[in-house]
Amino acid sequence: MNTVFKKSTPGREGVWPTKPQKSAAELLPAGLLRGKSADLPSLSELDVVRHFTGLSKRNYGVDGNFYPLGSCTMKYNPKFAETVAALPGFTRLHPVLPQLKGAGRLCQGALEVMYETERLLCEICGMKAFTLHPMAGAHGELTGVMIIAAYHKDKGNKKTKIIVPDSAHGTNPASAHIAGFEVVNLPSKDGIVDPDELAKVLDDEVAGMMMTCPNTLGLFEKNLPKIVEMLRSVDALLYYDGANLNAIMGKMRVGDAGFDVVHLNLHKTFATPHGGGGPGAGPVGVSERLVPYLPISRVEKLEDGQFFLNYDCPKSIGYVAPFYGNFGVVLKAYAYILRLGRAGLTRATEAAVLSANYLRKRLDKVLEVPFDRVCMHEFVASACNMSECHVRALDIAKALLDRGYHAPTIYFPLIVKEALMFEPTETESLDTLDQFADDLIDILKKAETDPDYLTGAPRTLPVTRLDETRAARNMELTDDL
Amino acid sequence: MPYVPHTPEDIRRMLEVIGAPSVESLFDEIGPAMRPKSFDLPEGKSEMDVLAHMEALAAKNVSGQVSFLGAGFYDHHIPAAVDALSMRSEFYTAYTPYQPEASQGTLQAIFEYQTAVTRLTGLPYANASVYDGGTAMFEAAMMSVRHTGRRKLVVCEAVSPIYRVMLNSYTSNLHLELVTIAHKNGVCDLAALTKALDADTAAVIVQNPNFFGTLSDFSDLFAAARAAGVVSVISVYPVLQSILKSPGEMGADVAVAEGQSLGLPLSFGGPYLGIMTCNKALVRQMPGRMVGRTGDGQGRTGYVLTLQAREQHIRRQKATSNICSNQALCALRALLHLCLLGQEGLTRTAGLCVERAHYAAERLTAIPGVELLSGAAPFGNEFAITLPVNAYQVIDKLTSRGMVPGFPLGRYYAGLENALLVACTEKTSTESIGIFAEMLRGNL
Amino acid sequence: MIPNDLKYAKSHEWAKIEGDVATIGITQFAQEQLGDLTFVDLPKAGATLTAGTEMGSVESVKAASELYAPVSGTVTEVNAALENAPESVNQDPYGAGWMLKVKLSAVPADLLDAAAYADVCAAEAH
Repeated sequence: MNTVFKKSTPGREGVWPTKPQKSAAELLPAGLLRGKSADLPSLSELDVVRHFTGLSKRNYGVDGNFYPLGSCTMKYNPKFAETVAALPGFTRLHPVLPQLKGAGRLCQGALEVMYETERLLCEICGMKAFTLHPMAGAHGELTGVMIIAAYHKDKGNKKTKIIVPDSAHGTNPASAHIAGFEVVNLPSKDGIVDPDELAKVLDDEVAGMMMTCPNTLGLFEKNLPKIVEMLRSVDALLYYDGANLNAIMGKMRVGDAGFDVVHLNLHKTFATPHGGGGPGAGPVGVSERLVPYLPISRVEKLEDGQFFLNYDCPKSIGYVAPFYGNFGVVLKAYAYILRLGRAGLTRATEAAVLSANYLRKRLDKVLEVPFDRVCMHEFVASACNMSECHVRALDIAKALLDRGYHAPTIYFPLIVKEALMFEPTETESLDTLDQFADDLIDILKKAETDPDYLTGAPRTLPVTRLDETRAARNMELTDDL
Repeated sequence: MPYVPHTPEDIRRMLEVIGAPSVESLFDEIGPAMRPKSFDLPEGKSEMDVLAHMEALAAKNVSGQVSFLGAGFYDHHIPAAVDALSMRSEFYTAYTPYQPEASQGTLQAIFEYQTAVTRLTGLPYANASVYDGGTAMFEAAMMSVRHTGRRKLVVCEAVSPIYRVMLNSYTSNLHLELVTIAHKNGVCDLAALTKALDADTAAVIVQNPNFFGTLSDFSDLFAAARAAGVVSVISVYPVLQSILKSPGEMGADVAVAEGQSLGLPLSFGGPYLGIMTCNKALVRQMPGRMVGRTGDGQGRTGYVLTLQAREQHIRRQKATSNICSNQALCALRALLHLCLLGQEGLTRTAGLCVERAHYAAERLTAIPGVELLSGAAPFGNEFAITLPVNAYQVIDKLTSRGMVPGFPLGRYYAGLENALLVACTEKTSTESIGIFAEMLRGNL
Repeated sequence: MIPNDLKYAKSHEWAKIEGDVATIGITQFAQEQLGDLTFVDLPKAGATLTAGTEMGSVESVKAASELYAPVSGTVTEVNAALENAPESVNQDPYGAGWMLKVKLSAVPADLLDAAAYADVCAAEAH
């Protein structure tokens, strides 16, 4: 399908405002104006609509396809949340309004949304305070680690290291590094964090440890109480990567379990849409002793019920966002929490864990499940047993695409070879789970007699496997290169 | 329970296959000590009731008034087709395109977005976007540090203070030196900026138009930077970029921007769009995702995420950045906006913005006591006026009468307590400018 | 398979030492592990290398890896062909895929011979 630029036809009228009476050349010095035109396309509205409608048909989305992607929580995105985020009373608000004296009264509704969302997230996680500023999960991680750094700096502690389990998502060590820490890798034992292994690397220079529970293998970190105790003994803080929160809502609160700082992924647990890769939101929650370090500004409520933004935060890590975070995303998560409520969120967790275990049992005869015990909301399988058929996790993934499913997560976590990570989520019906399992079992059976069925997949999509080496070598990132 | 489709019979069947006695038993590993101390959330509401609640909250905001607020974020008309197309579920409920064969829609859209923004800035390479313009500026600074191995950043004080505080916060743990070069009445001091470049400088960072709305040609500064081995970073305003001298024409190395003005509502602070473009020499330092064109085994053209070896999921702590996501849907909206307006539509919009602002400046400076802060310096769609009284007072008075007159520069710049930053867009009518002038005259 | 006339570092670089000049590259094992190379980042002529420290990097589609100097000295020549054809490293790692020529200032004592390097590879490849 041609690019939109190739469809440009000079003279086609798009969505144009009226012509200015004076041209820019009349108002501005010539030396400040561009010589070479930006050469944006000339398209009619229908040209644009046809092109992008056509592109949309070359895409999978949750609305059309099951996405059992481990660690992504691709649950259904409720439509009423889109209605909420599109309300003009929210979309038209300029973000600097609260900074104008008196104009805070123009955005009381928005400030209340932020205040209430923070309170709800505190209650869900057992944390003392939340900031909504981080604009993605990885951004939340960076913010959280910066808070850890600020705490230690304030106390005069000399702390240089952050411990990260080898099962952790790549953003964990990357975030720790950008916040200025040295990263210490911790090998897992039997799939989880082991206190004996931890003792080998824990010393006075450790600022903190980043973990998630359940971890990326879908396993519950049962040594958590001991880990908390060990870290506290050297004044190291414990960070919770909230990517897997869908497994524990109503069953465990990370603040109660001893975590000092957590980030959440609203586009995972709280059903805001993924958008093809963003925008998301990564709010960060903290325990009482870390509250002073939260980013500027904080939403507060006066006695008369008015909301305002407090910019007087002397120990804060500063500004991590231009304003208050991805407000348009937060709106959807807030609405979702109100819709589900206490029982609904608990039920979502229960159904997510139930579905994952069901799928695990349906598949554990055909794939190796390295930790074949009760899992939480996701589980990891290995395609190593398929190696005699010369079929890899990648080939299984591509064959699933041909059946109309998005593949599970592959090759993560790094500690399982030929990994396939499945997270069905709570919004899929039993019919879908059964159909998926049946299709996957069928594909694996075909591998024995006709491996090309998998290694030559996908065949039914607009393209088949693409030459990634060529893409990296040629670096053709635009239509003009 | 909304969105959970399991019936009691489904649950019974699933438990049987799992071999577990109850759903609760699946959580046995969570000991009593780790259970929630409380879980006092309100009970769930029906869709109808949640919508009513949210509409009531939306109604507590006042957003229909005439506003001259800018400060880097502008109220432009967004064509209806931007919403209609970006809300197609195959775009907005899609995941990150890690399985490219099933994501050619998203991937080609990002490729086209990358093309569109490189045409605007005149620099040949772009990434798939980062969170916002401030993050883009920080990432550009980090690119320069990695590329040159130097640790000093020279920043013009007329660069958005909203972004400069972010830069401060992010670099505080990284042992970098930030040198701020004072502005002169809202105009960049090119001589002082040039003088500040030395062998320790990784990057010089400027903005056009700057926070005060004034325009400069940075070509000479960038030439001096090049000679000193310093990376030139410039932040631009996409709408005006359609008519202003481009970063490419000025000789910049990295051009970043806030993409909110391209099809994204103001939405009280986000989601926004961090645009990043650069020269070939720096492309491997660029963080975030990138989409490249390639082919499949049957000779068909296709698009994939590329240069991923730099990213967090492969390099972990050695990654160029920790950034995982881009703002894919926002980038799509920006692309749609640019396609629907096209060359003619965007240049007309820019022209209208400039025309209205110049008219507003004329009307306001006709009021005794009101002057342009930057004198005769050229400006785009935004300008600063000095008032005979504190700007906050004026804002307070006019806001309570249904008009937001602009941004108080004293909030970020000491000594400018009487200065007001006024912006116009194509939505600003000449009538409202006239009313503004009259209200201002009567409230000084 | 592993050329006998070369010396090796544990980090999978090779060095061909002829008098006070060394030619450097990465081994067959290394290029196999990395996959099709997409980019090679090398120091410029005139740069000083210290044995055991980072001197550049190589990238493939799925991985990126640091290069470590196997010897100490000054870079005299860089294989310019690798900029447009990094695949030479995959196709002929000991020949056309050479990376640098270095005027030696020191050769570390712990460089491995072919047999010892073969042991290193065997240990890593399980």
